[in-house]
Amino acid sequence: METLSDATLTALQLLISGNTELWEIIGISFRVSLLAILVATPPAIVTAFVLAYLRFPGRRLLISINSTLLSVPAVVVGLTLYILLSRQGPMGEWKLLFTQTAMVLGQIALSFPILAAMGHSALQAVDKRAWETARTLGAGPIRALFTIMHEARFGLMAALLAAFGRIIAEVGASMMLGGNILHYTRNIPTAIALETSKGEFAQGIALGIVLLVLAFTLNALLQNFQGRGQPVT
Amino acid sequence: MKIKTFYFLALIFTTFITFVSGVYADNNPKNIIRLATTTSTDNSGLLAALLPKFTESTGYEVHVIAVGTGKALRMGKDGDVDLVLVHARQAEDKFVTEGFGEKRFGVMYNDFVIVGPNHDPAGIRKAENVVEALAGIANHHAIFVSRGDDSGTHKKELYLWGKANTKAEGNWYREAGQSMGKVLQIAAEMGAYTLTDRGTWLAYEAKSPLRISFEGDPLLFNPYGIIAVNPARHTDTNHQGAMALIKWLISPDGQQMIGDYRIGDNRLFTPSANAGEFVSFSKVD
Repeated sequence: METLSDATLTALQLLISGNTELWEIIGISFRVSLLAILVATPPAIVTAFVLAYLRFPGRRLLISINSTLLSVPAVVVGLTLYILLSRQGPMGEWKLLFTQTAMVLGQIALSFPILAAMGHSALQAVDKRAWETARTLGAGPIRALFTIMHEARFGLMAALLAAFGRIIAEVGASMMLGGNILHYTRNIPTAIALETSKGEFAQGIALGIVLLVLAFTLNALLQNFQGRGQPVT
Repeated sequence: MKIKTFYFLALIFTTFITFVSGVYADNNPKNIIRLATTTSTDNSGLLAALLPKFTESTGYEVHVIAVGTGKALRMGKDGDVDLVLVHARQAEDKFVTEGFGEKRFGVMYNDFVIVGPNHDPAGIRKAENVVEALAGIANHHAIFVSRGDDSGTHKKELYLWGKANTKAEGNWYREAGQSMGKVLQIAAEMGAYTLTDRGTWLAYEAKSPLRISFEGDPLLFNPYGIIAVNPARHTDTNHQGAMALIKWLISPDGQQMIGDYRIGDNRLFTPSANAGEFVSFSKVD
């Protein structure tokens, strides 16, 4: 039985020596999760804007539904999409099950509620007059939306990072929808699950380190975006 | 500051696009074969040793989805994979007679063994046969970890408890619901017995404190079969690719490689195909 320090040491060696299989897995993880965030963000921000700025019947219900979706387990999202995407399911024609696209869809479904909920509270916090001022100064609705997005940029950035953090580290949906296929749909979390089940703890730890470094980098970036803030003097 | 931010965002965006465009890079379904198989063939490293050679000689790329036998057959039924390589003879035959699979080809076999703690608390090393061994475990209420996941190994285990006329229940009987490798780890941590295929066991043996407690009963025979999903039922599977893989695995070359695959000095699987079966079956080829 290898000790934790042994496994970590081997893990670092694997990372530094540029083990192609390991780096390929990391690449797949990033590609899939970045694409998912890229696709999910625009509609999520529009949703957040609608929830924050418009008043219509059913708005509260919509907010409640979205908040509920925040707590749906990833495996349930995975299972639902699995049934839809299976050849026997309504979307079987598209042949998407066990592809990276299926993983992207799963991660979109997981990130959207976070983006919408956190985006909603970020936009809600912006002074309504920002919108009105932009509009009176002749900005179109799109231009005005960008203005308030700029006002709420820290909150929106936090939403983006939280959503990315959830999907990059998510194992349940990726395992079900991607099938953990080597060179194709094996990403960091599914690889950790597999290597652990094989007793190859070093590989698992190496990938865990990558996730931690990533989380740290993202948070450092966020700090950068927060800027200096306004210290109380 | 503004300009710096702009460049920064532009850089991030470009990185996004470069990464993301890779998702759709190689997606030619004609060259891809989807094989649902059991964790025993994958975790033991056999497929990782065989499949690159197959890809080299035929150009087909094989996507391996390693799950339990029950789930693998389910994927075959739904047409989500092109073929299955599994080990649960009765379930396989049912799969074919119900029309989901075309024909079962025998590929190889290994056997199951019962592993347990070195000091053998249930004293099953002296058992005459597997029925006696299992009864010993049950009578001593020695902890036994079951796969509990409808895998081929789990089906076999339930079959053996039936043979032993023993009810596998109680505090000593623990269903893990996990893969073979995980269950071996769990059994090691608990100092428990478990049933494992020899292939996975050999792959884990060096890391495990467990020892083989019982082996060698004919009831523990573990044959693997490969079945292409019936193209009449699911017209859009890669049937040609599936048959190419079957043909290759049961060819003399493929069989030789299965027989040559070793972990340390141990052969994991014994090839058992009858290539003549394939010739008489596929008139088209």
